Amino acid sequence: MKVSELVEKLGLTVHSGQNGLDREINGGYVSDLLSDVMGNASEGMVWITLQVHQNVMAIASLKDLAAVILVNNLDPQENTIAHSNNENIPLLGKNLPAFEIAGKMYQLLNP
Amino acid sequence: MKTFRTDLHIHTVLSPCGDLEMSPANIVSSAIRQGLNIIGITDHNSTKQCETVWKLGTNLGLTVIPGCEITSREEVHSLALFADFDALAVFQEFLDRHLAIIPNISSIFGYQVVVDENDQILEEIDGYLGASIDASIEEVEQKVHELSGIFIPAHIDRPRNSLFSQLGFIPPELKVDALQISKLADEKAVREKYRIAPEITLVKFSDAHYPGDVGKTFTFFEMEKPTFIEMRKALLGEDGRWVHIP
Repeated sequence: MKVSELVEKLGLTVHSGQNGLDREINGGYVSDLLSDVMGNASEGMVWITLQVHQNVMAIASLKDLAAVILVNNLDPQENTIAHSNNENIPLLGKNLPAFEIAGKMYQLLNP
Repeated sequence: MKTFRTDLHIHTVLSPCGDLEMSPANIVSSAIRQGLNIIGITDHNSTKQCETVWKLGTNLGLTVIPGCEITSREEVHSLALFADFDALAVFQEFLDRHLAIIPNISSIFGYQVVVDENDQILEEIDGYLGASIDASIEEVEQKVHELSGIFIPAHIDRPRNSLFSQLGFIPPELKVDALQISKLADEKAVREKYRIAPEITLVKFSDAHYPGDVGKTFTFFEMEKPTFIEMRKALLGEDGRWVHIP
């Protein structure tokens, strides 16, 4: 599934990184510790988090993640948006907690 | 140049996790017993216990630096230290603006009380001080430096509430005066693991929550006299001042 399809099916907000919407998704990861994501997430995953710091996009880029979803309608910091655009990794959002977003995404990826 | 035994990370009874025995009087007497020359008072998200410790310490020849251990939005703990009580008051206003009011349940989190020099309770703080404030670590650092304070991310090698656990690496725009490593950490190993540049100073402090821990871990400051300006120079390695972990 492509990120654009996930955006459409879950009704996600696209904060930035529109150029990366055709990235292919091959899984998901939920964590708010960036050190954990650095160690345990893998390429092509969509990362669900409440961290809005610019380091989020640096790590998404380092791990070549497909996209990042911010939970609870949180606003990203300005430099996080800039980083997402530079790296072409979509920064998405939804007014739902991590549990709900992960549940819906899991169903879509494992029909 | 003289050597000053310095512990700049000490909690008081005001921190919910601080022992009730961490009264200003006990902290000062423990610090003197341990041979400390300079202490920093750093409660979680509050500066309100600093002045009493400062008064008691100053009377006994102990240098007391007022400050705070802030939990920023990312749940990173950082130390802020200030030269005077005017700067401290402005920083307290910043904390008041940014701390979410989550009621403190003292039976779970612990008591949050401000006491006087005779251990009499002056005030009980309602909002839970262990919560994170609604400001990023960069916003906190900028505020501290705007007030000519010292900014030191705390226990950076710990698996929780540290710069590296929460943010993975040092954000490029963050300006630190030093980094605090935890009690048992090996300075060289931490530098290698986190690839910390040689020009960044590492320090160790006690993070005391009990009187017996005050000054158990400390850093030597080599400088002319125990003042805030000298301390900043020592942390930044300026004018022949420097610090070293024993």
